[in-house]
Amino acid sequence: MQYAMELLAFSPPGWGGNLLRGLFNTLLIALGAYFLGLTLGFCGALGKIYGGPVLRWVLEIYTTLIRAIPELVLILFLYYAGTDLLNIALEAMGFARMDISGLWAGIYVLGFVQGAYSTEVLRGAFLAVPTGQIEAAKAIGMSSIQRHTRVIIPVMIPFALPGLANLWLIATKDTALLAVVGFSELALVTKQAAGSTKSYFLLYMAAAVLYLLLSLVSTLIFTLIERHYRRGQPVQG
Amino acid sequence: MDQFWLVQYFQENWYWVPEYLPKFAEGLWITLKLLVISIVIGMTIAIPVGLVQVTGPKPLAWLARIFCTVIRGTPLLIQLWLIYYGVGSLFPSIPGLRQSFLWPVLREAFPYAVLAFSLSVAGYEGEVLRGAFRGVPKGELEAARAIGMSPFQVLRRVWLPRALQNVFPTLTGEFILTLKATPLAATISIYDVYGVGGIVRQETYKIYEPLLFVALIYLILAGILVVFFRYLENRMPRRT
Repeated sequence: MQYAMELLAFSPPGWGGNLLRGLFNTLLIALGAYFLGLTLGFCGALGKIYGGPVLRWVLEIYTTLIRAIPELVLILFLYYAGTDLLNIALEAMGFARMDISGLWAGIYVLGFVQGAYSTEVLRGAFLAVPTGQIEAAKAIGMSSIQRHTRVIIPVMIPFALPGLANLWLIATKDTALLAVVGFSELALVTKQAAGSTKSYFLLYMAAAVLYLLLSLVSTLIFTLIERHYRRGQPVQG
Repeated sequence: MDQFWLVQYFQENWYWVPEYLPKFAEGLWITLKLLVISIVIGMTIAIPVGLVQVTGPKPLAWLARIFCTVIRGTPLLIQLWLIYYGVGSLFPSIPGLRQSFLWPVLREAFPYAVLAFSLSVAGYEGEVLRGAFRGVPKGELEAARAIGMSPFQVLRRVWLPRALQNVFPTLTGEFILTLKATPLAATISIYDVYGVGGIVRQETYKIYEPLLFVALIYLILAGILVVFFRYLENRMPRRT
């Protein structure tokens, strides 16, 4: 026990501080990826609903491929493809090549994957808005933008929230996969700490506890958000 | 000229395919073995885990609830590393284990992966089955009891089949997610399809082609699984 406390102490030679810094990076990447994913998902859902045949076809391929290929393969592929494309673009514009920082690459890679899942969640929520309410909004003369900001989006949020909560939990857990491409988020930091102290069990246990706390707190927050957005709906059951 | 260009492209970038095909076949076998064994063991654990949360007794229901929350609340990668590196590093300190018949099994990476994936399937599917068991109408269970079935018969003939039937589409979706998680096993030196792809990348210095090839294999696997599960689903008796 004494040894465990020393090992997890916040200041070196304890590894607690490193683990918490790893957790912070995990949180940053998850947040960035989640909101990038939401933005992509929102555009994707609008495209799938209002877009022409070509756009819909492209989006269908995007969501199907991303959801059918293992995340680990996607992460490696997007990571290399992203840095290569960026450097080709930079060189074409006459700038020097550069390495993207781990944080931004992680956000872009996971966000791109999350976007496919968000698209489907948001599309489902869009379609769940009762037609009568949209027609009513049209009938009293709201413009297309007003219809969306005042009726469709507020009404669809409760439908989308369970799926979006689930996606956030997936985002926090998927950040661990970035350890494979070498970002120093919680999983990789733990691996390094375990490797140099040889206390594998204790350190992986500590990381698992941190991830679990993150999930539990997130679930609690989403419950509160959902309660807030469902306040206008009749109580079920 | 166009055809010539295409041939040259394949010779330059895909020449390794025939050479590594046997390795990929081995990797495919390992991926499938890992997937099937984990699903079978995982579902066997998931049934009691889901059931006790509906029937009680309370302490068991609590334990099952905590098990599901922990499994679903932590990344599979961490669970896998905790079991392989963490638990695995504790074994050598147990006196006599090195000389026992268990040691050859404990030295391999594969059993650890099977354990981690089975527990993960049990956690996620236990949660799904909890809802499924709860969703079977009470009247059906009462009818089964009324005609004199023992509690175990009720479970085997009515409760479990009806519960599985109701959540079958959800379960098949979860099994596809399990397939997509199997590449994690490559991080503990198991050469599944993804692991073999890693070997190709190291030995040929190609980045994209091996990844594309691996992605294609997983796409086809996922497609076959979807068709297979849909076939099973259509064979299920369904009241119209």
